[in-house]
Amino acid sequence: MRTSCLVIISIVLVLAAGGAWSQGMSGFPATELRAVDTPSDGGGSIDLEWEGEGLQFVLIMRATSPGGEFETIGDAIASDGSYTDMRLDDQTDYYYRLAYPAGEDTLLGAVAGPAQSKTNWFRSYRKNALVLTALMFILVISYVTQARKGKRLFIRRISGLSAIDEAVGRATEMGRKILYIPGILSLSEIQTIASLSILQHVSKLTAVYGTDIEVPNKDPLVFSAARETVKQAYMEAGRPDQFKEEMVTYLTYDQFAYAASVTAKMVRERPATNFLIGSFFAESLILAETGQSIGAIQIAGTADIPQLPFFVTACDYTLLGEELYAASAYLSKEPVLLGSIKAQDVVKAIIMVTVGAGIVILAFGSNIVRDVLFTR
Amino acid sequence: MRRTIPLILTFCVGMYPIFAFFVPHRVVTNINQNLDTYLVIVAAFALPLGVVNLVMSNINKIKKKDKGWFYSVVLIAGLCLMAFYGIMGGDQGFHAHFQWMFENAVSPLQATMFSLLAFYVASAAYRAFRARNVEATVLLIAAIVVMLGRIPIGDMITGGRLTPISEWLMTKPNAAAQRGIIIGAALGAASMQIRVILGIEQTYLGSGKD
Repeated sequence: MRTSCLVIISIVLVLAAGGAWSQGMSGFPATELRAVDTPSDGGGSIDLEWEGEGLQFVLIMRATSPGGEFETIGDAIASDGSYTDMRLDDQTDYYYRLAYPAGEDTLLGAVAGPAQSKTNWFRSYRKNALVLTALMFILVISYVTQARKGKRLFIRRISGLSAIDEAVGRATEMGRKILYIPGILSLSEIQTIASLSILQHVSKLTAVYGTDIEVPNKDPLVFSAARETVKQAYMEAGRPDQFKEEMVTYLTYDQFAYAASVTAKMVRERPATNFLIGSFFAESLILAETGQSIGAIQIAGTADIPQLPFFVTACDYTLLGEELYAASAYLSKEPVLLGSIKAQDVVKAIIMVTVGAGIVILAFGSNIVRDVLFTR
Repeated sequence: MRRTIPLILTFCVGMYPIFAFFVPHRVVTNINQNLDTYLVIVAAFALPLGVVNLVMSNINKIKKKDKGWFYSVVLIAGLCLMAFYGIMGGDQGFHAHFQWMFENAVSPLQATMFSLLAFYVASAAYRAFRARNVEATVLLIAAIVVMLGRIPIGDMITGGRLTPISEWLMTKPNAAAQRGIIIGAALGAASMQIRVILGIEQTYLGSGKD
């Protein structure tokens, strides 16, 4: 019995050693190299693919002719099975081969090629995004057209926006100013544009009530746009004489210097109402908490998820994400603008149904919905 | 005409990045990258407007001896000093004095403001986590579980039993709520962008009407 066990153990050890030898020494870890143009890119790159096993490093070599001198351009792990060669000239033949350093020798694989990189006109992996974008455009145009024809569209009450009149009225009664902070990002940020829409409405109200408003800015472009917005609002309200240049000020481009300056204004001048509407980062809580400490009524609005809990905690009303973008339509009550909100709701319903269907289909073991929705 | 040209420009400049998102051709992507550069150039032109406004408003404050006028003096002095040494440094790098002021004044002041955040978080958390009603109590309990599940002392107290519950709260209910807001906000942003591109929304031009 003991002899039989020893024989079996010996056989197993010999086989294991033999296997290790064949894997480590005789086997080239990567075979069947293929070189093809990277699909759906802007050109200048070729994708390499191979069949490989193990964690050995293979060297990737390139030449411009099959018999030419191959230079090493990079390395990869054999089992990864792919590599992308970048910064190439389009319409030029390239040949590739893999090399594997085995001890003092370097084993060379077969040559693959020729392959040429070329520039493409469409990112095929974004077909789903194209369909959704086109659908969004069609729905917006369609509902706007319906609204122009006089169809009545319903939009639910948004308490944060309904409270604007009350907030301006409070400042008027108290004889104190309103501080409007349009976020800290530039005009290229859509939240800032949405904020300017609300600023226009607030400025019209302050013009009518004769309340003082101050708009401190961090970005010079937003400063110029905000000044035009407030000026125009005062003109539309029929009070151009009440507009003062110092209502819209530029402070600094530095995030925390801006926060320091605005909080100092809050503490010194004690505004009755603060609007914090736009894109915010770490300064959101500094501003909102300082405003809270001076007892100002605060209306905040942002689509920056990390800042929302801070605003919800420290402000009286908060416009959450999409409510911020719906503000201009809600405040102006213009049917044309409401049409685009309706289109947005229809797309949201489509997404909800698709996500629900995707969950059910995935539960049955099919990835079809996930694959259709996947993009990069 | 005062409105038409900006609207046409907005349409072209707004549609181009959407076009470039789907078309990878080098000609298209190069122009798209240039648009980003133009934005920086436009912002650079707007910056002097801001600086002039800043200087003028603070000089007025000093003249009128408004509340806190002394801070305006400090601001003007700091601005002039930093600008002077910044210009003296040329395009080769910072002037030594500029560097010194940045490291010993600007940087610590920024860090101080950022550090204040800890105190603001504490006061906001105190207000948010008061168990005034059922919802606030649920929030309080969830917050305690998440905090204890994520810090070493929490592991020590509970023997690591709260860690999986904390992870579940963060990755399931919290992530679901966040994604709901993200999807809504993204669609809202897309809808707003379409309104701006198509000229339906014009408030950024100073008016909502033609």
